[in-house]
Amino acid sequence: MTDRPVYLVDGARTPFLKARGKPGPFTPVDLAVQCGRPLLTRQPFARDAFDLVILGCVNVIADEMNPARVVALRLGMGAAMAAFTVQINCGSGMQSIDTAYRYVRDGSHDLILAGGAEALSHAPLVLRQEAVEWYAGMASAKGALDTASQLTGLRANFFKPIIGLERGLTDPITDLNMGQTAEILAHRFGITREQADAYAVESHKRLARAQEEGWLAGEVMSAFDREGAHYDHDDGVRPDSAVDALAKLNPVFEKPYGKVTAGNASQITDGASWVIVASERAVEEHGLSPIARIADSEWSALDPSIMGLAPVLCSTAITRRQGLSRDDVDLWELNEAFAAQVLACLAAWEDDAFCKQVMGLDGAFGKIDRDRLNVDGGAVSMGHPVGTSGNRIVLHLANAMKRKGLARGIATECIGGGQGGAMLLEAVA
Amino acid sequence: MTGPVLTHLGESWLELGPTRTAERDGPWRAARDAQGVLWLALDVAGSEANTISREVLEGLDRQLDAIEQDLPKGVVIRSAKPGGFAAGADISMFRDLDDAEDVAQMLTRGHAVMDRFEALTCPTVCIVHGPALGGGFEIALACDRIIAVDGASFGFPEVNLGLHPGLGGTFRLTDRIDAIEAMTLMLTGKTAHTRKARALGIADAVVEERHVEAAARAAIAGDLEQDGPGLTDRAMALSAARSLAARKMRATAEDRAPKDHYPAPYALVDLWEAHGGDRKAMQEAEVASFAKLVTGETSRNLVRVFFLQQALKKDGGGVDGIAHIHVVGAGTMGGEIAAWCAMKGKRVTLSDPDTDALGRAIRQASAICKAQHLSGIETRNALDRLMPDPQQLGVPAADLVIEAGPEDADIKAAIYAGIEPLMNPTATLATNSSSLSVAALAKSLKRPRRFAGLHFFNPVSKMQLVEVVTHPDTFGTVTDQLAAFCGAIGRLPARVHDYPGYLVNRALTPYLLEAIQLIEEGHDKQVIDTATEAFGMPMGPVELADQVGLDICLHVAESLKSGLDKPMVDIPDWLSQMVENGDTGKKSGKGFYEWTDGKAQKSAASETGATDDIADRLILPMLDACVECLRKDIARDSDQVDGAMIFATGFAPFRGGPMHYAGSRGIDEIVARLEELSEAHGERFRPDPGWQDMG
Repeated sequence: MTDRPVYLVDGARTPFLKARGKPGPFTPVDLAVQCGRPLLTRQPFARDAFDLVILGCVNVIADEMNPARVVALRLGMGAAMAAFTVQINCGSGMQSIDTAYRYVRDGSHDLILAGGAEALSHAPLVLRQEAVEWYAGMASAKGALDTASQLTGLRANFFKPIIGLERGLTDPITDLNMGQTAEILAHRFGITREQADAYAVESHKRLARAQEEGWLAGEVMSAFDREGAHYDHDDGVRPDSAVDALAKLNPVFEKPYGKVTAGNASQITDGASWVIVASERAVEEHGLSPIARIADSEWSALDPSIMGLAPVLCSTAITRRQGLSRDDVDLWELNEAFAAQVLACLAAWEDDAFCKQVMGLDGAFGKIDRDRLNVDGGAVSMGHPVGTSGNRIVLHLANAMKRKGLARGIATECIGGGQGGAMLLEAVA
Repeated sequence: MTGPVLTHLGESWLELGPTRTAERDGPWRAARDAQGVLWLALDVAGSEANTISREVLEGLDRQLDAIEQDLPKGVVIRSAKPGGFAAGADISMFRDLDDAEDVAQMLTRGHAVMDRFEALTCPTVCIVHGPALGGGFEIALACDRIIAVDGASFGFPEVNLGLHPGLGGTFRLTDRIDAIEAMTLMLTGKTAHTRKARALGIADAVVEERHVEAAARAAIAGDLEQDGPGLTDRAMALSAARSLAARKMRATAEDRAPKDHYPAPYALVDLWEAHGGDRKAMQEAEVASFAKLVTGETSRNLVRVFFLQQALKKDGGGVDGIAHIHVVGAGTMGGEIAAWCAMKGKRVTLSDPDTDALGRAIRQASAICKAQHLSGIETRNALDRLMPDPQQLGVPAADLVIEAGPEDADIKAAIYAGIEPLMNPTATLATNSSSLSVAALAKSLKRPRRFAGLHFFNPVSKMQLVEVVTHPDTFGTVTDQLAAFCGAIGRLPARVHDYPGYLVNRALTPYLLEAIQLIEEGHDKQVIDTATEAFGMPMGPVELADQVGLDICLHVAESLKSGLDKPMVDIPDWLSQMVENGDTGKKSGKGFYEWTDGKAQKSAASETGATDDIADRLILPMLDACVECLRKDIARDSDQVDGAMIFATGFAPFRGGPMHYAGSRGIDEIVARLEELSEAHGERFRPDPGWQDMG
């Protein structure tokens, strides 16, 4: 059996909405519905024509178990629509596309809606384990005396909840916060605070320019909440961002000497994104115009403490397999978890010894030109809704390749826990 | 949205016991099960819903012969109709009865059957699913126990027909539950849904359909307790306490509707005050009072209105084939139309160049869902179906596009030019214009035959009527489709032909303009409003003008003025000035009245001074315009006109509609009065030639 071609025919996302200290207006499913509606509305086929819905989501909320299925039903895709949720932490939104890609490639499916959704502002408060045990004891107490004795076990700090998000962004194997893993990479690859800040400023400028030029039209769809407010752009962007202002920020994760600040790290954000993955048959049947072909994908893993370096491994695995050199890849979307982490990846590719010894190349992969990398900004300027970002970078890569008339691009991201995912897109002839 | 598997299985099966296979005997199916319980299923032939008719009661009487002869272990009574228990009495039963004596005799026979049923010595259980209204509710109340299937509702809507319960409801309900609650239900005509019905003690248990049989057996075995009468009931046995409560009830009734126009609530309060607690006396009084009401003018007209509504509903029958609606324009009307359609299960996209307006429309939609008592899940689903669509992505997918843009023919033509080429060639385009000529608007279109007017009234969620306005080239299938669409979203279509103001605004505009003329002549605005409120209008013309919006009134008036033969009031300059100043009425907070919290601020004083002359100057031109529309075949017939005016403007329902009112007051008298007014006030009162064909 030969592999069947797999197309990315359309996609849309919500604006990425910065978490502002309280739950945002939308849950993960709400977000996925908000951008799913206009996307499905503009298709020439009926909503039940899909074979499957796959959604990446890390922080699933209790009211929305298997959010993929909840979204499918809320989008009116029919009771018979199969739907499942995937989770590989920060790569979940790409994992959904990858799963769809493989299903279509093997011929078992023709049309799949693949997305990512995350509402980090809704991350739950988690009770301390001791508090949970105390509640359980109270609930099973029999009689007044028993209850009274249980009551004496009450401690004030039981009511001090732990922010679930903080736990979620900490690696359970090494107990390192994600920001700390970026600090490690900055140290190993000699990335300076100034370089990281400069990178961050550029990210904001690029996103601001893309917004201004209308390059995100059709990709970012306005979201409307019940109170009548509407959201039409990624609101974490700071077009006036400047290096001297960023220089004043204190490090967040490793005080006082660390290099990672809130200014050069990705923002905590809510957002959802979808792409439509289709077979040749579906393209012909519905008269669709693909924006790109999905050519390859790869997942790699390494030590959790240096998780930010994983994009180098998975991307290089693809280029090697496809026989591509650095110059053959016209455009890169490398998710900006941390500015220092992106810069460390670039440094690794330029490092002769690293490329030879770790990746078995003949020499350094080479310098990836900044003009080919994250051309319209990234997670530092627009935020990183973890389960969504992988989906967004694939969608935006496809749209940017089309806009610029480029032949080939790779979208890749690092994944908390020490993994990386990459996807190769090619222009449709 | 039901999938194929659940569709195959069927959403629910009614537990009908052994009656599932029993022969129909009149409207009833009866059979005994192995345990010796008699199941009685009400299954009126040839109808989707049960109504309580003479045949139902006579049939029950026959069943009782057999039951008394061989007493079963218990009786389970329920409806075999999936839609519900019973929709109430068969209203047509009363239509031809002029004599209160005849009615009383008929009722007494009905009461005898109910008493006989109630007196059975075996346990009786009523299973209610869906609505149990009026006579249906009364049958349930004659049972020992009432078991509600989740979704059941109970109510006495008789008051809306100018009546009160007449088959024992007045004493059985006040007996069974808290008397004040019982009276409130009957006085308001409101429905108690399952949970409320359980809390009030109407239902003794609430079960899922799948547990009906087990619950019925438990009830017959005596395992189902009944909530006893509360403390208030014992208090209400005292006539002094009843008198006090009755006084409050009368005061509340007076706030809603005056006794002269709507006597039923007062009759009910009198009945209870005099005889509460004494079943026998109350039963006799109920029969006498009901017979008097049902043969009275108000009830006859309200029953007429009910049938007018049924006729309009019938006009909205059939399948609309419309799944997706695109609404252009997110102003008040566009937003509300979109919200209403989404709430009624349609997929809706709403476009407007102004995203703030789209946001406001969504907020308004949330508010409508709340006002309509939608659950959290229903609200979420409705809002999911309503997509703000700044880029007009929904146009190609829409089966129907409703344009609700500004009332300007050029702007509308520009909208059509942008939208029509994107539309599915078989989709329908409709305008919500309130007065522009549909035929003229059709001129700019490529597919004028798929174009018609679809004129909603403000507020969409309250005003049931929608005018379906055709121009000479509109496809008949398009008209049918739009009428069916109205039916699908629970609105009443009035199919009318293109005309300045169509039917409703043609008739309403002289009414509003005459009010402005009266103000111009120096009459007090509240006196003007009081005059028509006394006639029975829900609100006076000045307040109505404020509510509609003075800018819209002005626009409609100007567009009518140029299109009609009949002269109209000269619109005073100060009105245009008010609009220019932004004093457009309710929406701006100031028009003729100051508006606070959606209410016109009126002074308590000026109640007096309203004269018949003022009322006639306001009302008669409206009737005259209706006659003009009939003469010109704009509307189908007098009944359609009456229905349309009542359900679009709230025209005094107890008058039975403008044409019916003209008939009962006397055509000759109206014509003479119009002649008089035209002598005194000008040509605009000259009676239409069409009056000659009336009567």
